Amino acid sequence: MKIMISFAKDFVSYALKGGGKYYAWLLFLSFFILVGAYTSFRQFSEGLITIGATDQVSWELYISNFIFTAHIAAAAVLVVIPAYIYKRKDMKDLAVLGEIIALSFVTIGIIFVTYHVGRPDRMWHMFPGIGIFNLPNSMLAFDVVVLNVYLIVNAIAVFYLLFKKYIGQPMNKKFYTPLIYLAVGWGPLIHICTAFVLSSNPRVHSWASAVLPFAFLSMAGASGPALIIIIFLLIRKYTKLQIDDAVIDLFSQIIAWSLGILLLVLSAEYFTELYSSTEHAASLKLNMFGHHGLNTYVPWFWITMVLIIGSFVMLLIPKIRKSYNSFLPAVCAVVFLTVLLEKPVILVFPAFSPTPLGEYAIYYPTLIEYFNMLFVWALGFLGLTLLMKGAIGILTGEVRHSDAAAVKGGVK
Amino acid sequence: MSEERIDIKKERDDGDNTRRDFLKNMGIAAVAGAAALSAVPADAEAKVELAEHLQGHFELMTDGQKKECIERLEKRYTEEFGKKTTVSNAPPVKGVLFGYALSISKCIGCRRCVKACVQENNQSRHDPEIEWIRVLKMEKGNLAFSADKLDKGYPETSALGNHGVQVGGNAYNAVGVSGETEHYYEPDKVPEKDAFYFPVQCQQCEKPACVKACPTQATYRDPNGIVVIDYNWCIGCRMCLLACPYWARRFNWAQPNLPAEDMNPKTHYLGNRPRMNGVMEKCTFCLQRVRDGRYPACVEACPVGARKFGNLLDPESEVRKILATKQVLRFKEEYNTYPKFFYYID
Repeated sequence: MKIMISFAKDFVSYALKGGGKYYAWLLFLSFFILVGAYTSFRQFSEGLITIGATDQVSWELYISNFIFTAHIAAAAVLVVIPAYIYKRKDMKDLAVLGEIIALSFVTIGIIFVTYHVGRPDRMWHMFPGIGIFNLPNSMLAFDVVVLNVYLIVNAIAVFYLLFKKYIGQPMNKKFYTPLIYLAVGWGPLIHICTAFVLSSNPRVHSWASAVLPFAFLSMAGASGPALIIIIFLLIRKYTKLQIDDAVIDLFSQIIAWSLGILLLVLSAEYFTELYSSTEHAASLKLNMFGHHGLNTYVPWFWITMVLIIGSFVMLLIPKIRKSYNSFLPAVCAVVFLTVLLEKPVILVFPAFSPTPLGEYAIYYPTLIEYFNMLFVWALGFLGLTLLMKGAIGILTGEVRHSDAAAVKGGVK
Repeated sequence: MSEERIDIKKERDDGDNTRRDFLKNMGIAAVAGAAALSAVPADAEAKVELAEHLQGHFELMTDGQKKECIERLEKRYTEEFGKKTTVSNAPPVKGVLFGYALSISKCIGCRRCVKACVQENNQSRHDPEIEWIRVLKMEKGNLAFSADKLDKGYPETSALGNHGVQVGGNAYNAVGVSGETEHYYEPDKVPEKDAFYFPVQCQQCEKPACVKACPTQATYRDPNGIVVIDYNWCIGCRMCLLACPYWARRFNWAQPNLPAEDMNPKTHYLGNRPRMNGVMEKCTFCLQRVRDGRYPACVEACPVGARKFGNLLDPESEVRKILATKQVLRFKEEYNTYPKFFYYID
């Protein structure tokens, strides 16, 4: 117990230490948290009327962001797979960072869902035991189970790995190997399940599509590693943790081919919709060309397509893949933001038009909604930064138990 | 007494005094928390709040709990709206499966059904304005094919050559009923010339997509075949709204605005009792009336007798006779939800 307390104390105190840039970053995040606290209060006291959603377009920025966070959380397994399944030595230490990303983004996702729900004070109605889980009928119930299991598995794995490192003991392979494999298997599952929450609604024609899980997985394969590369490049620059170029190369290749697969999936989907051009294609046509002057989504659609194709082509060029300090992080940022942008402007908002009774409606988010969204993101990035920082301290050996050397086994 | 009135005011939050309400809520939470910890009797209003928060799914409550819950609500609504309000818990009628038949040839699009429904069922009147019935107006489209386009149609003549193969130059002109519908029409007089009307409301499906999608089973089908919502159990996730192919569900985006003078005090727990912020609601065939052996409000209000209602299990009922003798269709049959709402042609 004493070790636990000192672990927590050392971890937090290391996580809070840093240079000027580090504090500036934390301060930047705190600004959004401060503003967001007020806008959240407005939403939770006045109701969802403070956001832009309507009966016609009933999913808002929160859910589109939630789907995106599921992308990143699922993609974190791409760090774990090379380390534990292909046994790459240079990635063994990094696997725990992947788990931390998964942990943080599942948490962000769950907070987004809380913002989406009209009565979050009644969420306990879903807890097993005291509430009712509508299994196996409701896809949302499945999603809740899957997300929470992923959260718990990752939390245990991260804590266990870091704690063992901290006290300088070797890990019990019989305990953590199955845990890691479970996390690896579960990553794609949260994703497929989230896709099913969407595609289980036949009345939303553009989601009632069998390619949706594949589009999601390929977007996860692009946006997740994009964030991971940026984080790893920052870690390499500002901390003592060594990350090989080979690791970065692996991820940039994963992004490139994920984007390639994504393009194939999208073209298959668009062909299927547009060739026969039935009612099924109505929302896609609204998205691509507008409808009776409702053009709001049109530029966003084409910008997104250009950015996806552009970053795919860019990443095919080895020179760009190897430019670790200039082009590569820029392309990664573009990929990350493009997939983030794709969620509301292509996947979610246009899908609601036409409504089942044939109405076309454009979604306009409110300021309160934007700030709540930024609040959740800031909260998530704050958690991610602190966890990463503390973990790096442990991985580099700067943070360790004072008796660590004395404990049998020593630091591995 | 006065304490309770303040609490009631909070329930009818009109947006101006949210800060005070928030503080009050915090106070209630603190009192409730303290009460739970120290077993000191909390004041009555905190108890009501807490009891409502902790109450379970209505179907799973014991009779005692149901009675307690209904008494609590009656007291609250009576004070809130200043008139004696009853909240019924009349059970489903034995051996009845309710069905509805609507004549699309008779409907004149006057929307008196919509008005009657809003009044009967205590919907929010503004911000958000909630109506359970939508009357779609369909205009007749262009009636003529154009002779100019006889030898037109894609693929147009191009650099690749014209092989004289036509697809149809009139293909993209709406001919006959255009398929464009309008829900927001405001005519001086109904029925308008060249217009058809098609009212849509909850179709009370036998295989409801909304019930399947609800993660907490807050919405379910009662033994009379009516799909109901336990407003106190709904978490407001809107999966049912998303699942419904008839767009029949409405969400309370804010605290409903129901003026006390317009409130219908004869309510049912699963039917027209005043709703709260952040929950779903929908047509229940006027559960509070039909469980009492009366017609739904829309049936009574229809001036042309386009709406018929009855027991689908009784061969002598009006709906059954319509099913047997008229041309009947179900809306969006391809979704396989098997509605008990039938459209027919006279």
